[in-house]
Amino acid sequence: MPTESEQNVPPLVQMTGITKRFGHVTVLHEVSFDVRAGEVHVLAGENGAGKSTLIKILAGVHSDFEGAIEIEGKPVRPASPLEANALGVAVIHQELSLVPSMSVADNIFLGRSVTHGGFVSDRVQRDASRDLMARFGINVDVDQLVEDLPIATQQLIEIAKALSHEAKIIVMDEPTSALSAPEVEKLFGLIAQLKERGCGIVYISHKMEEIERIADRITVLRDGRFVGCDDASALPVRKIINWMVGRDIEQQFPRHTPGLGSERLRIEDFTVPGEGRHARPVVDGASLHVRAGEIVSLAGLQGSGASELLWGIFGARGRNDSGRVLLDGAPLAIRSPHHAISNGIALLTNDRKATGLVLSMSVIANAVMADLPRLSPLGLRSPAREMLAADRTAERLNLRAASLQMEVNELSGGNQQKVALAKWMQTEPKLLLLDEPTRGIDVGAKREVYQLMNDWTARGIAILMITSELPELLAMSDRIVVMHRGRITAHYTREEATADAIMEAAMGRQMETMSA
Amino acid sequence: MTDSPDKTAAPALTVQMNPMLRFVASPAGRALIALALVILLGVIFHADGAFFKIGTHRDALRQASVFGILACGMTLVIITGGIDLAVGSVLALAAVVFATFTIHWGWTAWLAVPLVVLLGASCGAISGSLTAWFRIQPFIATLAMMVFARGLAKIASGGMKVSTAVPNDDGTYSYIPVPGVFRLIDSRVGDVLESWCGAFSEYLLSRIGGWFGDGLAWVFDAVEWIYVNCGIAFVCANVSVVTVIFLFCVALAWLLLARHRWGRQLYAIGGNEEAARLSGVPVRRAKIMAYAAAGLLAGVAGICQAAQEQQGDPEAGMAYELSAIAIVVIGGTNLMGGRGGIGLTLIGTLTIGYLEKVLSINAVPEASRLMLTGVIIVLAVLTQKRRR
Repeated sequence: MPTESEQNVPPLVQMTGITKRFGHVTVLHEVSFDVRAGEVHVLAGENGAGKSTLIKILAGVHSDFEGAIEIEGKPVRPASPLEANALGVAVIHQELSLVPSMSVADNIFLGRSVTHGGFVSDRVQRDASRDLMARFGINVDVDQLVEDLPIATQQLIEIAKALSHEAKIIVMDEPTSALSAPEVEKLFGLIAQLKERGCGIVYISHKMEEIERIADRITVLRDGRFVGCDDASALPVRKIINWMVGRDIEQQFPRHTPGLGSERLRIEDFTVPGEGRHARPVVDGASLHVRAGEIVSLAGLQGSGASELLWGIFGARGRNDSGRVLLDGAPLAIRSPHHAISNGIALLTNDRKATGLVLSMSVIANAVMADLPRLSPLGLRSPAREMLAADRTAERLNLRAASLQMEVNELSGGNQQKVALAKWMQTEPKLLLLDEPTRGIDVGAKREVYQLMNDWTARGIAILMITSELPELLAMSDRIVVMHRGRITAHYTREEATADAIMEAAMGRQMETMSA
Repeated sequence: MTDSPDKTAAPALTVQMNPMLRFVASPAGRALIALALVILLGVIFHADGAFFKIGTHRDALRQASVFGILACGMTLVIITGGIDLAVGSVLALAAVVFATFTIHWGWTAWLAVPLVVLLGASCGAISGSLTAWFRIQPFIATLAMMVFARGLAKIASGGMKVSTAVPNDDGTYSYIPVPGVFRLIDSRVGDVLESWCGAFSEYLLSRIGGWFGDGLAWVFDAVEWIYVNCGIAFVCANVSVVTVIFLFCVALAWLLLARHRWGRQLYAIGGNEEAARLSGVPVRRAKIMAYAAAGLLAGVAGICQAAQEQQGDPEAGMAYELSAIAIVVIGGTNLMGGRGGIGLTLIGTLTIGYLEKVLSINAVPEASRLMLTGVIIVLAVLTQKRRR
């Protein structure tokens, strides 16, 4: 819905009717998107709305999609990142794609070295890199190793590298997540420069203030579908957020809040340091509490620090001496996951394959893994006892596996998630930390997980949960705590919470009403 | 979209296969097939019936035993996703120190054996700590220990073989008698059993008289009759003591790996270290103990080696670590960690042991033997690749 009259010049990029499926899951439905020369086009949406997939299609990462792409009026179909590059598309990824152990100059010429008879001509590369750095006002010695530079400089180099390809279309996926305020200014200056040169910029961000500042046009995606597109000047913040969250909350989940017990967990002024030398803390002075039988949810977009907060409480990031942690009213300094487990804390991580399960082991072995000390008191394991324990937990969780002896990687995603849950139920925790408990599982399995959460809280277990699905968040939480860039920005009870308010707080807008 | 959609693997395939096929496809099945092929090779190229002589088999097992003991420890380490390159050198160090203790200093085996085994375990614990605490890659940490232990073995022995020959002042040599423990380890089970049981029963009968003594004598006679006439004597006469030590190590390692909490922790670490850590597995301690166990078994292997050679050779065990790795890999334990087992290593030991024997009775020259072993390792690993 363009408000300006269509110009005769074709847009730089025109993506029409893009549909993309992973197996039987459709992640993009008929999405259209275009970028004009000299504009910053912001692509907005919740986590999982399909922004990254759309960008990956443009960048040639996914080539098996339906729909059409035109670049400057010519139909194209980039089959690899290299091809997309040649077409003038440059993507600056969230994760840096520089090789840390190589020099700045070598990184800039990575994959297209200037050679003479097979030998890299260093001098030519260095001179060209120096010119490039000067052009963008990056003050850096091109012989320095990338790993010795601050993250912000690395980010600028990454951008300079992308631009050295003479790209016309520049995609920036959350480019400011690691930058400090003055560095962000520098980046915005660079973007203005690029706009003047007629480049089209696709900008993905979770930060409202940034969007408001630099967007010329905004497109919103939700659940893989196109929701709306308009000039930034014609779009008030309220409307953007409404577009992002405004779905019908069709499934009403049956949350039954039991009578709340005493305070199970309280943290005060809890800080989790970032990794790396120049990193800012990923959780900054967080305070909250959870009562027995209560579900408290942490809401936040990427980089909010919510996961890190759970890891910090669980002792998975080493000993944490900041602030105060009280479990059942008693101060506690958790040293390690082992220590946390023996104190009745359990952490379901958000990536069952990377950090949750040992895929090469059996269902039984995974289900009893966190409870081995109790199941084998003298060290010797008893397969019969483990079988019995796993069988009982599996039945309670309605886990469907042909045999409990089979390896976990042969199970479906929903059943894998149940194995991960079974592992923690086996330890009989008092406090459950759940990070995206329903990620990547189907609707039926989700309902079962919600039912389980009700059962657990009815038995007096306290749950501190992260979820990036708003309907789930609104329906299952007794209280909601919103985080933005490591800080808690809002508290709501379930009655007060609205999707719009949560999204605003998650995007860094301080709330007028702060209720505890 | 950060989370990839569910890719359901095809469990239907494994479920529908008949039991025979499933066995053949399992790691144990494949390892056994490799062993059967090697034995078939022996049956075909039997070198004028040499392969059918009991002595050949006794020898094959005896020669494989030292490697097998090392491979047991190697299996523990490899299951965690690590590697231990130091076992060959630790074997030499143990052999030298054991020979010094027993031959030159005349210590009793009751003291020498535990000390040497402890020495081996400490070497392993050190390289394990380097990986677990200082995050040095296992390859590097154990490479360092490999070089270090070799040097220590040379210092401990003064660079010479520690043997029963002692130089006199006038340049001649006088010979110290070989310590009993050397003879014991280097003998066959039958000899040991017969002399020990004989002495034991005579001692008992000399102490106990009357009708009870008569009954006891009758029982001993019956036991002896069964021993002699039921083939036990024949078997015992053809099994070396080192082979029994090897089988004992296998049994112990199996017990720890398959039935102890620690074993399960090793699998978890090898399968997904981060998930293991987040499930409360004491990752560092478990890893250090795995390397310590590998060192301990290298100490045991060193004692066996010294006893068989009747000396402590600081140059012993060169490249034995590589043979041990080959055995583990041929057995089917995954070098990436998380999958495998001691049973597989037992089969791997037999496969390599018999392969060596079949080649040597057919007088295949050393050079071709090495080349063939290389080819067979590749073939074995290729057949064991998990189909994706």
